[in-house]
Amino acid sequence: MAASLFSLDWFSLSAADWQAIALTLRLCFLTTVILLVIATPLAWWLSRERTTMRVIVQAVVALPLVLPPTVLGFYLLIALGPRGIVGGTLESAGLSHLAFSFEGILLASVLYSMPFAVQPLLESFNNLGRRPVEVAASLGAGVIDRFLTVILPLCKGGFIVAATLSFAHTIGEFGVIVMLGGSIPGETKVLSVLIYEHAESMNYAGAHKLSALLLVFSFAVLFVVYSINRRFHVVKV
Amino acid sequence: MIRHVIAGILLLLSVVVQGQLYAQPMTIAGASSLRPALDQLAEAYMAEHPGHEVSVIYGSSGRLLAQIVNGAPFDVFMSADMEFPQQLADQGLAASVPTEYAHGRLALWSAELDVSTMTLADLARPEIRRVAIAQPALAPYGARAQEALIAAGVWEAVQPKLVFGENISQVAQMAESGAADVGIIAVSLAIQPAMATRPHQEIDASTHAPLAQGFVITQRGGNNPVAQGFAEFLGSAPAANILIMNGFAMHSDEHHGHEHH
Repeated sequence: MAASLFSLDWFSLSAADWQAIALTLRLCFLTTVILLVIATPLAWWLSRERTTMRVIVQAVVALPLVLPPTVLGFYLLIALGPRGIVGGTLESAGLSHLAFSFEGILLASVLYSMPFAVQPLLESFNNLGRRPVEVAASLGAGVIDRFLTVILPLCKGGFIVAATLSFAHTIGEFGVIVMLGGSIPGETKVLSVLIYEHAESMNYAGAHKLSALLLVFSFAVLFVVYSINRRFHVVKV
Repeated sequence: MIRHVIAGILLLLSVVVQGQLYAQPMTIAGASSLRPALDQLAEAYMAEHPGHEVSVIYGSSGRLLAQIVNGAPFDVFMSADMEFPQQLADQGLAASVPTEYAHGRLALWSAELDVSTMTLADLARPEIRRVAIAQPALAPYGARAQEALIAAGVWEAVQPKLVFGENISQVAQMAESGAADVGIIAVSLAIQPAMATRPHQEIDASTHAPLAQGFVITQRGGNNPVAQGFAEFLGSAPAANILIMNGFAMHSDEHHGHEHH
């Protein structure tokens, strides 16, 4: 098995493997985009607020770091299913509930990776301080202008780290998706679930190939994050 | 300070290790479909044999086998099928021959729909959107559910609706939460208090290969008298009673298929 790491046979991934890889990349990409859109204003608000509300929001955002993924997955299964608050509302609106669907695991991924997007941005915004934005405002820059020409360039490192960590963390997501996804090929059967099933059905060669791929990719991502971190001093990860 | 912490950890470790040495517990690795029957079996055995210490660890049969092969400290392996114990024996890691202890039974279960009037063919109906089964490649209950669906001639129609649990307990949970409209679960789970509030419909066992479940004493358990004692207990009438009470059958010809066609 170890020898196959270094042979051409290594690249002979099955159609199911490729399907899972494509699905995982799609999930990670969409999660990252959505997270950047949500986490940017959220982190900005957190960096300005000094109230109790801020502490509560910060704690809620950090919950996925503490909760076992299966707990999060179980609650989401109930909430997104046809009898749950989210799924039930969708059903009564004539739409489909979100359990066992790509949209469902996308929502779960956004919640699950939220702290990994918010934290680097928050640190970055805190380092920036109020002054540059206030100066820009006094010079007549509008909100969007201030964001694009002041915050974005000055906090570039924070955005890159937030995006990379969100993407990477979503790749490694397992417990939540196992509970909520139902392992549907092409829909919810992501890489981590497929590796697990390979290993459980004792297809160790298959599990080995995909695991090695994941290992190399994860190392590359972390290498990028730490390289950026060294240049920008964004966040302690 | 650090020295104190290290000393404390070492002390704690020595207590843990010594505790293990003196108690000499016997550990059973059991398929999750055996919950809670196996808990009751262990209790009944300990009541019969004072001083014998038995603990149970649950997991999917495949994972437990992999763990045992890789040196997990389990003395008895109770699988949800016959193949996994056989594999352990084939690898020379068993101290007994694989022995059948019960047969599993499959049933339809739903949190919303009345399954008591339902057949497998009804699963093709459009209002049933999601059907949960165990992953056929991982769990015997999943493979047998697939066979039953094929036998009922609805595999093609039902396949797009299928969601997969990694084990039969997760399938039950998918159905219990209502997220899956119907689950094909084990009777042993359907009759547990949490699920018995809803009817279940047993699937005719002649439509699939038998769900024979076997156990084996592992190499490690070979010199443990408690493992030996428990193996003997499994063949006894009280043990059979516990298994039957928990929804298992004792012989392949003893199933009670009452599906309405």
